[in-house]
Amino acid sequence: MLLKGKAFVFGNDINTDYIISGKYKFKTLDMNELARHVMEDLDPNFYEKVKEGDMIVAGSNFGCGSSREQAPLAIKHAKISCVLASSFARIFYRNSINTGLPVIECDTSQIEAEDELEVDLQKGIVFNKTKSMEIPVTPLPDVMIKILRDGGLIQHFQKFGDFNFD
Amino acid sequence: MGKTISEKIFSQHCGEDVYAGDLVIARLDFVMGQDGTAPLAINSFNEMGGKTLFDPSKVAFVIDHSAPSPLEGVSALHKLMREFSHEKKLLLYDIGDGVCHQLVPEQGHVVPGDLVVGADSHTCTYGAINVFSTGVGSTDLAAAMISGKLWFKVPETIQFRCEGTLQPGVSSKDLILRIIGDISADGATYMAAEFTGEGITRMEIEERFTIANMAIEMGAKAGLMEYDEKVEAWLSGRTQKTPRPVAADPDARYHEIKTYDLRQLEPQVACPHTVDNISPLQEVENLPIQQAFLGTCTNGRLLDLEVAAKILSGKKISRDLRFIVAPASRDVYLEAMNRGIIQTLVEAGAAVVTPGCGPCVGTHNGVPSDGEVVLSTANRNFKGRMGNSKAFIYLASPATVAASVLTGKITDPRSILS
Repeated sequence: MLLKGKAFVFGNDINTDYIISGKYKFKTLDMNELARHVMEDLDPNFYEKVKEGDMIVAGSNFGCGSSREQAPLAIKHAKISCVLASSFARIFYRNSINTGLPVIECDTSQIEAEDELEVDLQKGIVFNKTKSMEIPVTPLPDVMIKILRDGGLIQHFQKFGDFNFD
Repeated sequence: MGKTISEKIFSQHCGEDVYAGDLVIARLDFVMGQDGTAPLAINSFNEMGGKTLFDPSKVAFVIDHSAPSPLEGVSALHKLMREFSHEKKLLLYDIGDGVCHQLVPEQGHVVPGDLVVGADSHTCTYGAINVFSTGVGSTDLAAAMISGKLWFKVPETIQFRCEGTLQPGVSSKDLILRIIGDISADGATYMAAEFTGEGITRMEIEERFTIANMAIEMGAKAGLMEYDEKVEAWLSGRTQKTPRPVAADPDARYHEIKTYDLRQLEPQVACPHTVDNISPLQEVENLPIQQAFLGTCTNGRLLDLEVAAKILSGKKISRDLRFIVAPASRDVYLEAMNRGIIQTLVEAGAAVVTPGCGPCVGTHNGVPSDGEVVLSTANRNFKGRMGNSKAFIYLASPATVAASVLTGKITDPRSILS
């Protein structure tokens, strides 16, 4: 699958409270409603600005903080195609794979706001079209590839009724 | 080859000898969800085709993050949790029972050697009693509720050797804040932390919980401590389960070993808006505060309330601020009443709210106003954390918060104690 979109660049340590604030996430399971508030405390108009397929690009420790799965779900429902970061916090990373949001660990230091990016998930390649630059990607662990291939952990359990990585 | 505490607990729960870096599917001893994560887990459970729980006596839901419900939408989610709990016969802790991370160990659900997951990032708290416990999301929780298992990568370990004992007025909160400041918010990502040494063994269990609780604030998967007679005494009368204590081998392999001399430690404060933005208290001393909060899974335990009551006994808080107190559980609340601690705090001017997470996580019970400065005993000071992105949150120990509510500004507790 080839993803194409514009980069929205954030810094280091973007926590899950910034991705979706606690004051919203306890109220509802309507992810389209939560998506309207994604990244609101850092950029109040973020939801209005992003177009389908656009990408969040960040520095280190993206998704640190709480275990709320509403964070990757709100990003996904804001029609963001994937998140690129130089590193991810552990729980957010798992939650993203489990819910089918592609998360890509790579050197993001050369990506600037509004750069046009292409991500080939199969080949594991990030291409910065604006800068004509290919960026190598840290491969996912096998278990995560298997979960993603099934479409997420829910689909994995629908298929096997249990964990099955053989 | 010797093993760390993590390597031993994972080996025991997957049936083979495993070491850092190995991927395992491991059996779980207990799983937990709260009202911010359980509703989504119920959805995932149903979508996965889940019918029954692997063992209802090993699954708990806790309604603590917005309890009692401040809004209709929240009420609907609480109702969903209550109905699911009733139908599946799992353990439900409802409003007023307390904060999940106080309840799970306090009510005897976990014992040394256990492997536990909770859909809350501060699940790492139980590491203080030699439990490998870690936070997961709602879909992982759903998979765990169905299968009683989860996949893990066995983590590497950073060991923190704590030598010497803390000076009066300096607490375990100051130590963990200092450590997080030193190694940063992602300094232990994907790793476990082991806290060891005389500095830890001299601490009460409640002080140890504070340290383990904040392991996630440096990215760690768990914050582990060894079993000793204090853990044994703390567990007695709380649980029917048999502890299976796990100690690290002397030749265990560590990613890194760091040594702290607790005698040198001074009170610390985490400044806005990240937990690793640590300053020695003296650098922010006398900063006026408008709200103070004593409570949470970090510092809402009996000892924390007692420390504050000692400082506030017979005194009144500054008229320039509000002081909110949330005991960590019903049992903590009752014992604090029996000992006159609640009386002392209320007489001093505290507003006591229902045991729960509300003020810390910004759902209700004390949302600050624009530009206000809050001093809190919680574990996170992210922008917007308490429900207003224009407020400024500083984190400190219960002693520092108690000393500061007397003066209305950030105050070194040692100046009050001496």
